[in-house]
Amino acid sequence: MVSPMAPAIHIRDLRFAWPGQTAPCLTLPALDVDQGEQVFIQGESGAGKSTLLNLIGGVLLPREGRVQILDQALDALSAPARDRFRVDHIGFIFQQFNLLPYLSALDNVLLPCRFSATRAQRAGPRPVEAARRLLDALEVDGSDAARPANTLSVGQQQRVAAARALIGRPALILADEPTSALDPRRQDAFITLLGKEVAAHGSSLVLVSHDPRLASRFDRCIAL
Amino acid sequence: MKTLLSLAWASAWNRRLSLALAALSIALAVTLLLSVTRAREAAQTQFAQSAAGVDLVVGPRGSPVQLLLHAVFHLGDASHTLAWKSYQTLAADPLIAWSLPLSLGDSHRGFPVLGSTPEFFRHLGDGQQQGLAFADGQPFAGLFEVVIGAEVAARLGYQTGRQITLQHGSSHLDAHHHDDDAAHPEHADKPFRIVGVLAPTGTPVDRTLIVSLPALEAIHLDWQGGMPTPGLSIPADAANKFDLTPKHLNAVLIGLHQRTDVFRVQRQINAFGGEPLMAILPGLAMDELWQLMGSVERTLHGLAWLVMAAGLAGLVAVIVAGLGERRRELAILRSVGAGRRHIVGLLVLEGALVTVAGTALGVMVVETAGHLLAPWLRARLGLDLSGATLSMEALRILAVVLATGLAASLLPAWRASRMALADGLLPRL
Repeated sequence: MVSPMAPAIHIRDLRFAWPGQTAPCLTLPALDVDQGEQVFIQGESGAGKSTLLNLIGGVLLPREGRVQILDQALDALSAPARDRFRVDHIGFIFQQFNLLPYLSALDNVLLPCRFSATRAQRAGPRPVEAARRLLDALEVDGSDAARPANTLSVGQQQRVAAARALIGRPALILADEPTSALDPRRQDAFITLLGKEVAAHGSSLVLVSHDPRLASRFDRCIAL
Repeated sequence: MKTLLSLAWASAWNRRLSLALAALSIALAVTLLLSVTRAREAAQTQFAQSAAGVDLVVGPRGSPVQLLLHAVFHLGDASHTLAWKSYQTLAADPLIAWSLPLSLGDSHRGFPVLGSTPEFFRHLGDGQQQGLAFADGQPFAGLFEVVIGAEVAARLGYQTGRQITLQHGSSHLDAHHHDDDAAHPEHADKPFRIVGVLAPTGTPVDRTLIVSLPALEAIHLDWQGGMPTPGLSIPADAANKFDLTPKHLNAVLIGLHQRTDVFRVQRQINAFGGEPLMAILPGLAMDELWQLMGSVERTLHGLAWLVMAAGLAGLVAVIVAGLGERRRELAILRSVGAGRRHIVGLLVLEGALVTVAGTALGVMVVETAGHLLAPWLRARLGLDLSGATLSMEALRILAVVLATGLAASLLPAWRASRMALADGLLPRL
């Protein structure tokens, strides 16, 4: 199991370039995120935010340097093991279109429990109950939870995505511009709600955005 | 697995229109394949039943297939004959249980007229039972009496009691277009009365009119060289005064006491001293004949497989074309833990779902249509589908279709997994 003291993210001397490119599109000398910490990473578009998320998620591997999540070096794992590690320990929230349109909101929230026994187990004896509780806490009421995801408003969809990232208490929540599809008033409400629930679950949060106004609610801010 | 299946189902349902069309094209191909197979099997069974109960077919030495065409299918001009005396010698063999002398050559509105003995109705059958059942009437007893097959009765609208005349010479024209009788002078002076109509058998007997051998002699008493002899006319009621024993036959059907004697009797007949004769096992010659007709069946089958290939290509095209719109879906699945094998599994399952649905639909169509059309096919084509279920060959075809469908969906699966890996969690849309 993961030691309680292991940093959520530990990155050193990271260089990444797409195949065929010589100039690296991302260089990062060091990034450390402790467990339970909420970190804001600010970067303009093209600064390599998506690449960084893919590297932390183990979808891409660094050309040089070290990426460790919870003391686990991702490039030491086989591809299937990385897939398993990702779902066991990381929840994702994207800019928009987070949900499978043909599943209900509730089934979308339950997806990580279906692919990961660890997440299902940590969600409790009845993951459906856990999913309902999460949706409730994120202000998606019961009737909306049963509706197909594509009939929900954008704001509701983002909150369903947050519930899905949180179910089964992954150690790390990665959010990529989760508020850019929301209007400013709702952006604030969403960040507040997300921060509260992440803290309640004891997870770490890394939120990446171009928008410096969101920074105020975080423990720490890093510019990419 | 259960997760993947429910996801595959939900995702497929989301795109049900295009996938249903792909399934439909597969269903059409399966319908075609199974129909061709089933019709072939029914025809082959029927074909084999055409000589059910007959152990040997005897005729003048020549081509076995031609002899079979004459003796069993009553087709073709039988130019070679064997002598009545030879037949009498053969029939006396104690190993032979029964023998039916056959004489061909005349016709009625395109249907062949067969001369034989009343035992004909006792010994031939339709494969299930020995003996021909009468739908109406009984075997001929008098000289100018005729028994007609079921199809003759149905096509020409004949019933017992009706008077008909025979045409000289065989005619292969279809009964509907047979108005040009100039080439085939009629035996109009000696009409026949229909005394019996046979029940359908699905064998060539359905298309045949059967009279006694003496009747054929009688109508040709005043004929010579295929034409009425000028200045000679023997009225019908005077025919009885002549010796009506036939002098020539076209073939003899033989049944044995013991089927195991068949090769012995065949050797005896082939070595017959009186004239060059030939005895054939109908089953073997039938196979030979079936081989001749097999190319048509193979062509149909080939076409059906081409349709199947088109159906599967359509399926692959539909799924591959849909992948572009599903990049987001695949990325979401990757972010919640789906690995490459899950993506591949999902796409293969989708292909399998469509293939299975299409195949099931095709089987249903064939079964239902077979059920509904069975009476019509039997009446119209003499093809008996009523008892047919999924044969071994049909099951093999279905297995091949399913396997090919699965194999075909590997292509979109491979593309999808490559795409998902390249896109990562954030596809560029």
